Amino acid sequence: MMKALWREFKKGITVENPTFGLVLGLCPTLAVSTTVVNAIGMGAAATFVLLGSNIFISLIRNIVPQEIRLPCFIVVIATFVTMVELAMKAYFPVLDRALGIFIPLIVVNCIIMGRAEAFASKNKVLPSIFDALGMGVGFTLALSIIASVREILGTGALFGRPLLKNYEPALIFVLAPGALLTLGILIGCVNFYNAKRKKAIKIRGGCC
Amino acid sequence: MNIQQAATVIISMVFINNFILSKFLGLCPFLGVSKETKPAMQMGYAVIFVMTLSALITWLVYRFILIPFHLEYLRTISFILVIAAFVQLIEMFIRKTSPPLYRALGIYLPLITTNCAVLGVTVLNVNDFFVKSNAVAGSFVLSVIQAFSAGVGFTLALLLMSGIRERLDLADVPESFKGIPVAFIIASLMSLAFMGFSGFRF
Repeated sequence: MMKALWREFKKGITVENPTFGLVLGLCPTLAVSTTVVNAIGMGAAATFVLLGSNIFISLIRNIVPQEIRLPCFIVVIATFVTMVELAMKAYFPVLDRALGIFIPLIVVNCIIMGRAEAFASKNKVLPSIFDALGMGVGFTLALSIIASVREILGTGALFGRPLLKNYEPALIFVLAPGALLTLGILIGCVNFYNAKRKKAIKIRGGCC
Repeated sequence: MNIQQAATVIISMVFINNFILSKFLGLCPFLGVSKETKPAMQMGYAVIFVMTLSALITWLVYRFILIPFHLEYLRTISFILVIAAFVQLIEMFIRKTSPPLYRALGIYLPLITTNCAVLGVTVLNVNDFFVKSNAVAGSFVLSVIQAFSAGVGFTLALLLMSGIRERLDLADVPESFKGIPVAFIIASLMSLAFMGFSGFRF
């Protein structure tokens, strides 16, 4: 039992990592990975929504008719996103300004819709919780990796503290082109690593 | 509102704050439908159409339903539902009335519902053109113009990308970088070029 739950948790971080494995949720990944703090904030917000929507959808999975399940899922997800939005505005105004419209846009993040459709609507509550936590942690980790590369190269600092001495920061990594370049190269490296280990995982997909 | 204000919004949305290359909204069709020029163009038309009309409807919903009842916090829920229902309606409508148009746009319409560019532009409109729940002067027209030009900017980036990717088939890309990684690197170079527009001042 514990082993099965652990497997649900682990797959979100490794094989089915939303960013590097499935290539989902790219828009927020690129937009908010300018600093590690923003990345963790976004990851935490997405994890909360994912957890809430997975639990709720798993609870109502036998009541909702098949034909209208997607609109129902959207309403559930949007409710949790609104909760996060209001809480962020009240308690973390600085983070809220930094993340901007990407907080309301968690609604259309396909990691969350994808987990609702592929997992929570078919499984019991407990596995859904672990699935949500695994996916959330995987997303946060991936975001933090991208953000730390960008923050170190772009500002020479990490968590706002200077890290490299005598280093001329390459501002481009904090701006839009740096985000695309960093993600492109990191996904290429993951592909290369998988090919080396003769794993037949081919990155396809690509979605907001 | 005057002409200059409208022109600023258009230039800003098409070039300076291009939705794909500088704001990162709507990346899924950008990667998914950019392999050939023709479908990219059709997707672009569909996005312009849906974005403009969604902006129009959500502005009305926000101004005449949410604000009078002090329900501004329901913005996200109501907008996504309005957009989803509206896209479904268009799909049914054009399937009945114009089969050729349906063949051209039909398969892209369901994809557009979950496109963050559409929800993004409606949220941006509310942020930009409402101050403390009061519509600024020319708010309605500016919202529609902003949505339309964001759609045009989206289509421009999609079209350029599809042109490059058609040529890319002939290039010798390292095995692990084929597909998505190289598409990102190209997008990065395009984004660098588009950054040049940020020098525009009005």
